[in-house]
Amino acid sequence: MLIHRRRFLQVGSLASASLMLPKFLKAMEKGELVPPGNKVLVVVQLSGGNDGLNTVIPYRNDIYYKMRPTLGIKREAALSLNDELGIHPALKSFKALYDDGSLGVLNSVGYPNPDRSHFRSMDIWQSASESKDYWNTGWLGRYLDAQCKGCDKPTQALEIDDTLSLALKGDAVKGLALTDPQRLFGASNDRYFKELLAKKKHDEEHQNVDYLYKTMAETISSAAYIQQQFKTYKSKEAYPNTELGRNMKTIAELIMTDINTSVYYVSHGSFDTHVGQQGQQQRLFEQLSDALQTFTADLKKNHRFDDVLVMTFSEFGRRVGQNASGGTDHGTANNMFLIGGGLKQQGVLNEGPDLQHLNEGDLQYKVDFKNVYATLLKKWLGADDQAILKKQYEYLNFI
Amino acid sequence: MAVVPEIKQLQHLGWRAGFGESPLVIQAWSKKRRKEVVRKVIMGPEAGPDPVKVVDETDLPDYQRIRKMGAEERKMVQKMNTDGIKDLNVLWTHAMISSEHPLREKMALFWHGHFACRTQNVLYNQQLLQVIRQHGLGNFGTLLTEVSKSPAMLAFLNNQQNRKQRPNENFAREVMELFTMGRGHYTEKDIKEAARAFTGWSYDEVGQFRFRKNFHDEGSKTILGKTGNFQGDDVIKILLEQKQTAKYITEKIYKYFVNDQPDEAIVAKLADKFYQSDYDLRALMQEIFLSDWFYDDRNIGTRIKSPVELLVGLRKTVPMQFEQEEAMLVFQRVMGQVLFYPPNVAGWPGGRSWIDSSSLMFRMRVPQIILYSQEFNIRPKEITPEMGEGQNYKMTMQVNEFLKKQYARRVNASIDWNPYIAAYKEVPREQLADRISQSLLLKNSSINKELLEKYSDSSTRENYIKTVTIDVMSTPEYQLC
Repeated sequence: MLIHRRRFLQVGSLASASLMLPKFLKAMEKGELVPPGNKVLVVVQLSGGNDGLNTVIPYRNDIYYKMRPTLGIKREAALSLNDELGIHPALKSFKALYDDGSLGVLNSVGYPNPDRSHFRSMDIWQSASESKDYWNTGWLGRYLDAQCKGCDKPTQALEIDDTLSLALKGDAVKGLALTDPQRLFGASNDRYFKELLAKKKHDEEHQNVDYLYKTMAETISSAAYIQQQFKTYKSKEAYPNTELGRNMKTIAELIMTDINTSVYYVSHGSFDTHVGQQGQQQRLFEQLSDALQTFTADLKKNHRFDDVLVMTFSEFGRRVGQNASGGTDHGTANNMFLIGGGLKQQGVLNEGPDLQHLNEGDLQYKVDFKNVYATLLKKWLGADDQAILKKQYEYLNFI
Repeated sequence: MAVVPEIKQLQHLGWRAGFGESPLVIQAWSKKRRKEVVRKVIMGPEAGPDPVKVVDETDLPDYQRIRKMGAEERKMVQKMNTDGIKDLNVLWTHAMISSEHPLREKMALFWHGHFACRTQNVLYNQQLLQVIRQHGLGNFGTLLTEVSKSPAMLAFLNNQQNRKQRPNENFAREVMELFTMGRGHYTEKDIKEAARAFTGWSYDEVGQFRFRKNFHDEGSKTILGKTGNFQGDDVIKILLEQKQTAKYITEKIYKYFVNDQPDEAIVAKLADKFYQSDYDLRALMQEIFLSDWFYDDRNIGTRIKSPVELLVGLRKTVPMQFEQEEAMLVFQRVMGQVLFYPPNVAGWPGGRSWIDSSSLMFRMRVPQIILYSQEFNIRPKEITPEMGEGQNYKMTMQVNEFLKKQYARRVNASIDWNPYIAAYKEVPREQLADRISQSLLLKNSSINKELLEKYSDSSTRENYIKTVTIDVMSTPEYQLC
């Protein structure tokens, strides 16, 4: 009996695969798992306010060393990008990506009237509001609202975490958070929940009841879908055994399948380095570098690197001057990394930080992060950025 | 529209004016007239609320000395604050669970979101909590004044930095935008002028309001069409004279206590009366709870419980004690509502924003995690220190470590099922499932008896009651009240 059931399932999944036969066959011919053109955005949030000045180091600038007598990273230690800028010694794979033409560095990114609170500034980055506004939806959540009307599964955007960030909460549609597809499937595959769902009557209930049941139904079907996709590919790469390493592996394995996910979101931290910054940042960067090295290598081997773009951001940079505890305090503008095989512009995309014109000891922003979002939404994900960001922002040229 | 049975109406009142009531209370209520029940719910016991208190002013360190403190001493002060805020959270939750005046705590929870505030100072938090518990069901003008003069709010909204020479508009802006009129009913100029009037509003180290004359701008100001030599109190008076303030507050209360889709005609009528009564909150709540429309089917069982309401309701229904009460904070964090840590000045958005795939699945598992002592295998996001220029950095790391350690742990609670089971003493076995789901859920047409029967443990009557209860609590409908 059991065998028969299995046979049936196999036939079942083949039958559904055959519906997508042309795309599927084309990909198979080229020895690729997923056909090209299936664009993916991976957002890596560096939580806690990463110190951008010790990430992309202005190693020709005397002000930098004067204001950071012990915390400044020596020119010879930094991995050189160009005459002006080097990269933190622990970010080895970033330097390799730079040499390879797969890294973009955007300097002095921020927003008007910066807020130094972690919560508030993170809110602003995740919701993409102006700093005076309070929005209850995130920029990727509104992307889902726009792209996913009537979708039966909210799997277009996945956060690799146990709880969902504001960034992925839309008005009508919300992304899905999971740490482990298997565990999500196990949790949602509860017989009792499934029977509740099956027995739900559909008459004259208030819409909030429907909303809850709809969310439950979507979660159960999404979990099954993700798990089914997840099974189809196992990475051959040895990912580092860190939380970020495991999360990047999950992302890579999903990217290599035929899943409909176009946005992945993951956090790494905490970069809140008020005290003893050196060791903490070094450790976190090593984890970041190692995880991204394996991740990008994995994508390249599977011909997916051109279709994947990784963006890093942090809620703020830190103050230019170091503090008395060998750390740095909350600051303002910061840098962002863009990683992928599909960059139109590579390397250092704009001028390095201007240390001569500080605002009360803080860097002034030159690029609004919402320009980056608009660019990614429009040019990478093919979405209506103006509707999502509620304003027209100028596009940048890195893609 | 379907006629709502009286029992259901009273259950509805129990949830909206508090955190749910047991079948025994509902039975007792059903023997009285609605007017009498509502009166009791509104008035509560005669005595005011016992303060939720974790620190005494006299126990506090000398904050003036804080700059001169050594690292060790500073650490101790920070620890006292962090632990104190945690204790406040636990104690206030207990007050909500066991209060003889649930509406007062429910109002306080409402104002806690309305007057959203974050401060790392335990005393300031404690004071503000007392203000909203004491005046939350009193006069809105008094409440607004007390909140606006609390060190917690003055600090949070930077009024310490609001001085004649260099006005800081943050406080004035939020008082208008969030506390009274709502956006779009005043100009930027009004904010600037109001900010000038609030200069000098300040506080001292022991948390007492101080008016610092030297910082105050004595010049003439024009606010919402009125001109004069205004001070902060005058601004509040002017804001209360605006009918828009009554409208804004009434609508928010309606959305919280009645329906998140406001009925404009009803709100307008309520707002008028509220304004005429000179902002009497008790009268407003009484008007709501006595109205027939409050008991309309469309208003019953439609509101998504906030995480705190869910937890308090659960613990009110089945009395329990956690081995480590901090577990409450972990539950709050995973579901997105930690008391004393609103996401921003606008408070928790509420409604459907509580629910996404992961939060819903977790919420449906909460009763099992607690009542079956299951593993807690969700890790909340790391927290970050706020408001202390990083002085709390190490504390934050410790909290994060604690959260990590909770992972995959069982939540141990000693649960007292007896009073709960006793409430069903008279109910025949074959009616138990129906009665349990009727008393726990306001909307329950989907939860059928066969399903509950199938997943229950019927080895004993007690086990049957327990398992059916937990299953009923693990439904989408239990998220609603």
